Amino acid sequence: MNIFDIIGPVMIGPSSSHTAGAVRMGNLARNILGEEPAEAQIVLFNSFSKTGKGHGTDKALVAGILGLSTDDDGIKESFEIARKKGIKADLVFGNTHPEFPPNTAKFILKGKNNSTVVIGSSVGGGRVIIFSINGFNTEFTGEFNTIITIHDDRPGVIARVASFLAEKSINIAQMKVSRESRGKTALMMIEVDEEIPEGLDSALSSINHIQRAMIIKSVLGGV
Amino acid sequence: MNIRTLDEIITEAEAQKVSISTIIKIIESKELETSVENLTKKMKEYFQVMKESAQKGIERPISSLSGITGGEGYRLWKASENAISDNVTLKAAARAMAVSNVNASMGRIVASPTAGSCGIIPGVLISVAEKLGKSDDQITDVLFTAGAVGKIIAMNATLAGAEGGCQAECGSAVAMAAAATVELSGGTPRQVGHAVAIALKSLMGLVCDPVAGLVEVPCIKRNGMGAVQAIMAADMALAGIESIIPADEVIKAMGEVGRMMPEQLRETATGGLATTPTGKRIKRELFG
Ligand code: SF4
Repeated sequence: MNIFDIIGPVMIGPSSSHTAGAVRMGNLARNILGEEPAEAQIVLFNSFSKTGKGHGTDKALVAGILGLSTDDDGIKESFEIARKKGIKADLVFGNTHPEFPPNTAKFILKGKNNSTVVIGSSVGGGRVIIFSINGFNTEFTGEFNTIITIHDDRPGVIARVASFLAEKSINIAQMKVSRESRGKTALMMIEVDEEIPEGLDSALSSINHIQRAMIIKSVLGGV
Repeated sequence: MNIRTLDEIITEAEAQKVSISTIIKIIESKELETSVENLTKKMKEYFQVMKESAQKGIERPISSLSGITGGEGYRLWKASENAISDNVTLKAAARAMAVSNVNASMGRIVASPTAGSCGIIPGVLISVAEKLGKSDDQITDVLFTAGAVGKIIAMNATLAGAEGGCQAECGSAVAMAAAATVELSGGTPRQVGHAVAIALKSLMGLVCDPVAGLVEVPCIKRNGMGAVQAIMAADMALAGIESIIPADEVIKAMGEVGRMMPEQLRETATGGLATTPTGKRIKRELFG
């Protein structure tokens, strides 16, 4: 905690969990998609669904997938911005899910090349947790620069990624693997301390058995 | 340096014969591994955002997104000529509500310490500085003092309404604003400590009970009232009035009171003003 966590951040109101946290979640979903979305369906759950409109959560979620930051004046007009860019954004209210935390949203995003389904929650003070990506369990806060790979569950893949990163002097802060079932597809999430160099995702994707690699820049700073 | 109490900061400032903000800037620059100039520059930018939000809200009535509040800062500002309270106090309250109005309208603010309590520090400091003829640089400096007080509260109690009720949000903001005001007015570090204690004591036990869960009722007017209390706490401390209970003990007590508070009164909107007949009606009308 530093002084700018107390005086600060600069943010768009009214609430760090319902506005700033929602923007951040949208930012992460966009980064996971890895390109400008063309179509987005966002499903709000539980308390997000009940009180989200009064807090502007719907606008904040859309602003997030547009890539706006938590202190951007455009958040309020995110629906108009999306329309102008030709992005179809569809918000779905009215859902409850007993196992999801209170402020949860599900993003179903389609871009030119990729599509993704991301589920996450705003957990207070603008902090968020992404707990599902394309059906894989994750636990991912966006506070670190993160590398995510989707790969065939084969021996040696993880070791190859680790040694690849070591060669580039990238230090792994945390690493988690989850998989559909043995021998099928797995998702690996690697949080690192350093800035991740451009093009690392395509370099990683060329490693045998890696289907896709994504680089997700930290969304901290802002809130 | 591993400072955890306000008393340590005050003692250090007295020993070095400097202000609290001077000490804090040096500590923070070490922690963040950056220069004091860089820190000051960033804080000054934050203060510009504070000023913009206060100005926006007094120039014209600003409605909240939900439509249940709006224009409070503007209305009080306009009433300043015929008001009963003196000009600085009234302007501080008007500006505090103006910033809160901007927050509720999805405008840009500085969380200080939170979004719900974002009006108090700007409202007080802009208005006090206006009266004392202080510059933006001088206000920027005392924002470090406010921040230090907030940090000590965060370490020893909490700044979150969900954890400690509104005493933790608006109460802390009032204490922080009072501290900054004392330093801006040339008070001693010891007096800063007394202002913090006096301010926090006056808001001890304040619950968090937002109608319909929105940061509007009672939050906006609480920011206005909080600004007034901050100024009076500063005046008391500057007059040489001392808090019998030291600030660090008051802070711990506030945290303890927060932990004793039932969940219904900690931001869940299930008690207090939120469950009055009118509060419930507003919620029904907004969310069904
Ligand atoms: S009542 Fe609750 S939401 Fe409103 S300002 Fe106080 S702590 Fe924040």
